[in-house]
Amino acid sequence: MIVTNIETVPGKTIVKHLGLVNGNTVRSKHAGRDIMAGLKNIFGGELKGYTELLTESREEALQRMLDQARAIGANAVVNVRFSTSSVAAGAAELFAYGTAVVVE
Amino acid sequence: MYDLILFLFLLLLGYVFGQRAEKRHFRSIIEREAQLGDILVFSERKIPDEAACEGILVAGSVVVSVDYFKRFVADLRNFFGGRVSAYESLLERARREAVLRMKEAARRKGADSVWNLRLETASIYKGAAGSVGAVEVIAYGTAVRQRR
Repeated sequence: MIVTNIETVPGKTIVKHLGLVNGNTVRSKHAGRDIMAGLKNIFGGELKGYTELLTESREEALQRMLDQARAIGANAVVNVRFSTSSVAAGAAELFAYGTAVVVE
Repeated sequence: MYDLILFLFLLLLGYVFGQRAEKRHFRSIIEREAQLGDILVFSERKIPDEAACEGILVAGSVVVSVDYFKRFVADLRNFFGGRVSAYESLLERARREAVLRMKEAARRKGADSVWNLRLETASIYKGAAGSVGAVEVIAYGTAVRQRR
């Protein structure tokens, strides 16, 4: 599975467009991380726990998108975008979407 | 009275540790930017000699929190209006760090350039006690290497 965020797949030609695929995750922070983050809010600096959480949910959203693409018989996804929205206080959605295509 | 002492204490803690953390972070950013300087990043979508290379999505993310002192300064600034430089440096740090992590991912893939760089600011922390608190940045793009 090749994933790019430009319109094409470099070095390959797109033979068929299969349409939009997407994947999302909603994550929230848990209490332990909250306490650490509260401390960090005094001292400043990187919130490592949250960075991990963000990375995990990015991979998760991407994975769900890829599963969907695989299910409809694509072998690449182009024009991938990430988008975020906050659903409620303390929870946020990460959304990945792109166009499923068949290359070569 | 105790509240005031606690407040001043937190302010001092925030100032001392926050400034130190920020200086250290900027030093490390500048150092790593020099190391990864050979990976070029473009916000352009069109790759010139596309047929001769292969591309893959890379991303980097970071969550950075502001310190107690800076938040106080920013709140004051909010009252008077104008440039909130306390948050400007926070955002700059977060963006540069996210781009660096994306470049590191590109290096691991053996790429020499990254195209169509996008920056997305997430907000998991928003809504917690109504303050900005922390900023989350995702940087992503298509890493490209010449086909061998």
